[in-house]
Amino acid sequence: MTALSPTPKARLNREARLAAQEVLPARGFLTRNKFLLLRRLSQTLVLALFLTGPLFGLWIAKGTLASSMTFGILPLTDPLVLVQMLAARHAPEGLAILGAAIVAVGYALVSGRAYCSWVCPINPVTDLAHWTREKLGLQSKGWQPKPETRFWVLAMVLVVSGVTGSIAWELVNPITHAFRVVVFGATASLTFVVAVFLFDLFVARRGWCSHLCPVGAFYGLLGAGALVKVSTFKRAACDHCMDCYAVCPEPHVISPALEGAKKGASPVISSRDCTTCGRCIDVCDRGVFRFTHRFDASETTTVDAVRSNCSGETP
Amino acid sequence: MSASRKSDGPSNPERRRLVETTLRGAVGAGVAGALIGAYQRSAEAMPTQAIRPPGALPDERAFLAACVRCGLCVRACPWNTLKLADLGDHVASGTPYFIARKTPCEMCEDIPCVKACPTGALDHGLVDINKAKMGTAVLVDEENCLNFLGLRCDVCYRDCPVIDKALTLEMESNPRTRKHAIFRPTVHASDCTGCGKCEKSCVLEEAAIKVLPLKVARGELGRHYRLGWKEYEKHQGPLVDGIVDLPDRAPGDVTPPSGVPDTPPIIDPTKLGKGWKP
Repeated sequence: MTALSPTPKARLNREARLAAQEVLPARGFLTRNKFLLLRRLSQTLVLALFLTGPLFGLWIAKGTLASSMTFGILPLTDPLVLVQMLAARHAPEGLAILGAAIVAVGYALVSGRAYCSWVCPINPVTDLAHWTREKLGLQSKGWQPKPETRFWVLAMVLVVSGVTGSIAWELVNPITHAFRVVVFGATASLTFVVAVFLFDLFVARRGWCSHLCPVGAFYGLLGAGALVKVSTFKRAACDHCMDCYAVCPEPHVISPALEGAKKGASPVISSRDCTTCGRCIDVCDRGVFRFTHRFDASETTTVDAVRSNCSGETP
Repeated sequence: MSASRKSDGPSNPERRRLVETTLRGAVGAGVAGALIGAYQRSAEAMPTQAIRPPGALPDERAFLAACVRCGLCVRACPWNTLKLADLGDHVASGTPYFIARKTPCEMCEDIPCVKACPTGALDHGLVDINKAKMGTAVLVDEENCLNFLGLRCDVCYRDCPVIDKALTLEMESNPRTRKHAIFRPTVHASDCTGCGKCEKSCVLEEAAIKVLPLKVARGELGRHYRLGWKEYEKHQGPLVDGIVDLPDRAPGDVTPPSGVPDTPPIIDPTKLGKGWKP
């Protein structure tokens, strides 16, 4: 919670807010964790689609996130895998190209990094590492490389694919390793998943998904113009409690929108790093955030509207 | 110019930080990349027992450029022959393979594994399973093969899906007894698909006949190498005119085609009496 050491003013506001907490309407567990629960459901569902076959003989999706076939008609291929394949100078069959096109268009339209927060099986692992970190009260953030480091890693992956003539990242990719652990019972592949967990727990706070993962970097670039965005549409009601910053896996995406009113910036969180996980919507007691589309720059600015939405507390 | 350089010079902390950050990112990614590259190279070496599915691109590096390790071929295999390599299997993790001695390839006529491959790591040009080249069988241990000992095992031969083409029994005399025959199992690599049925069926504790990757099992002529008698056929005569052909001296019923320099004796099988079948 003190991850971003709030300014004295913010801390003051936080105390004021805590003092006035009784005034705020009680938000139930489901409201406070709505999108978290939906995401866990979505992540479980993705694995379940692949698991019903091996477990019950009911085949829905076959393969892994690298490439899959659903109901025998819908091919899906990870476009990053396809790009590596091209870098390795292999001309793929049409099936892989079609599958990659479907995935690329889907994420480019909806939200690139929704892959990270709604689909990727490593997300619950690093979230668990983060949760454990908080529970253990680990204060040090550890090694904090720049968030841009992931683009270096992405470039490296493509270079290594080109030089070695192979799909380099799939050798170590914890995402597909995790998938093979669950779907194909490749237990030794768990090594990479555990490594990521321990890395996030002891070496770097939110180290993997938010700083290094080239897959996240790729989907971020892919979704640079995506439609689904989170908007700080009620930023006028923000009391700088910092809850959203503390809970956000990519906290640097928030401030340009949340604190941008004076500069005339749009309330829409437009950074390609935003994973559209919706955790900020969950935790904000003032209802500042909501899901919307990228062109929706509308916001609630009048004092009345703000007041009506935060149950009588003077903003 | 010189003034602006001064302000932008190495003492400029802003620029210094930028250069440092960039260098750190680049060097870090470079070192990680070198490690992955080295790991990749080591993953190209496969144990000889691990056989790739039918249609797999013959060069391991080309295969690893195309295989996305999705396991769709594994799912498509109706015999559960194909396995997805786990870490520590010494096969690039997530790639498909099978161990012939455990479960050989059943050579499905519709080749579902190849059809399922989305990328062409299993070549979709393979439509006739009898043309598959997963490897080739090699009779690796003549000293323990029961047929070589003069017994009639023949199990590998009987189990071969391409019997009498990929695997034949060649009769020769048994020098131990001097009056019996040895039926020598003989692999013809041009017709062997490498399915591994022979290796699976070998009755010995450790198979005397094994499927090996083509790279391990086969020799290769130098590209420049020409076989005299084939060239003779191709050109309908000697390549060089005016070569004096000395009379060949060969025992028995041997008729060398005249004018061919240094041809080996050609035995006419029709004159050896009726062909035999085991």
